[in-house]
Amino acid sequence: MPNEAQIPISSDFDIVAARQQGRQLALKLGFQGGDVTLIAAAISEMARNIVDHAKKGEMTFERIQNGTKNGIQIIARDDGPGIPDVNQAMQYGYSTRRGLGVGLPGAKWLMDEFDIVSKVGKGTTVTMKKWLT
Amino acid sequence: MQVPILKQGSFLIASIQSVLSDADLLQLRDDLADRVGKSRSRGVIIDVTVLDVIDSFATRTLRAIAHMLKLRGAETVIVGIQPEVAFAMVQLGLTLEGVGTSLDLEEGLTFLDQRAKRKVKDAK
Repeated sequence: MPNEAQIPISSDFDIVAARQQGRQLALKLGFQGGDVTLIAAAISEMARNIVDHAKKGEMTFERIQNGTKNGIQIIARDDGPGIPDVNQAMQYGYSTRRGLGVGLPGAKWLMDEFDIVSKVGKGTTVTMKKWLT
Repeated sequence: MQVPILKQGSFLIASIQSVLSDADLLQLRDDLADRVGKSRSRGVIIDVTVLDVIDSFATRTLRAIAHMLKLRGAETVIVGIQPEVAFAMVQLGLTLEGVGTSLDLEEGLTFLDQRAKRKVKDAK
């Protein structure tokens, strides 16, 4: 497996596939059991957001470096409806659907870095990073 | 992938064999609601040992299953949540409130036995 992977997301099966891809890359990069599970959980929440809100999109996983630090970067991108109020969406328990409202804030807690850019009518891009310690 | 459901006395055991898609989990919910009636079961064990992640959807669905089965007269206990999975759930702020949990299958059976006994005692 190379140091990056890209996977289209359009159904609940793709959520499982994305999780597995991300897990494999994380293991390859040297992440340990507990961290691998946290990464897989964050991927799961972001992939689900794409399916639930945008119908389709894509996720990319890649190895990143910063000086001597190594890590994994996960990007979830869609051309969906976008999020009108990102601050509200980042609040724990806030959901526009019947969800638990933990997806975005939860994923932020699981990862070391989290960035979200969303434009109404254009789509949403979430970039998350986790560093090897 | 369908989850096999075994009958063990007055209990049902749903033993998840592989990673599940959302559709598989919803199928399990419907199967259990159906089987609890057919087998007149008092308790259900869902073994999630093989699940590598229990995310918000899985948590919501497991909670829904437990509440549905309760309405059908059966107690539910989730067994086999792995340590890393539990850690990730806590980090995500996910809880299985109102749902029984036990370490493994053996503990799950003990849990259901005790619940059944308590019910009989309460009824007396």
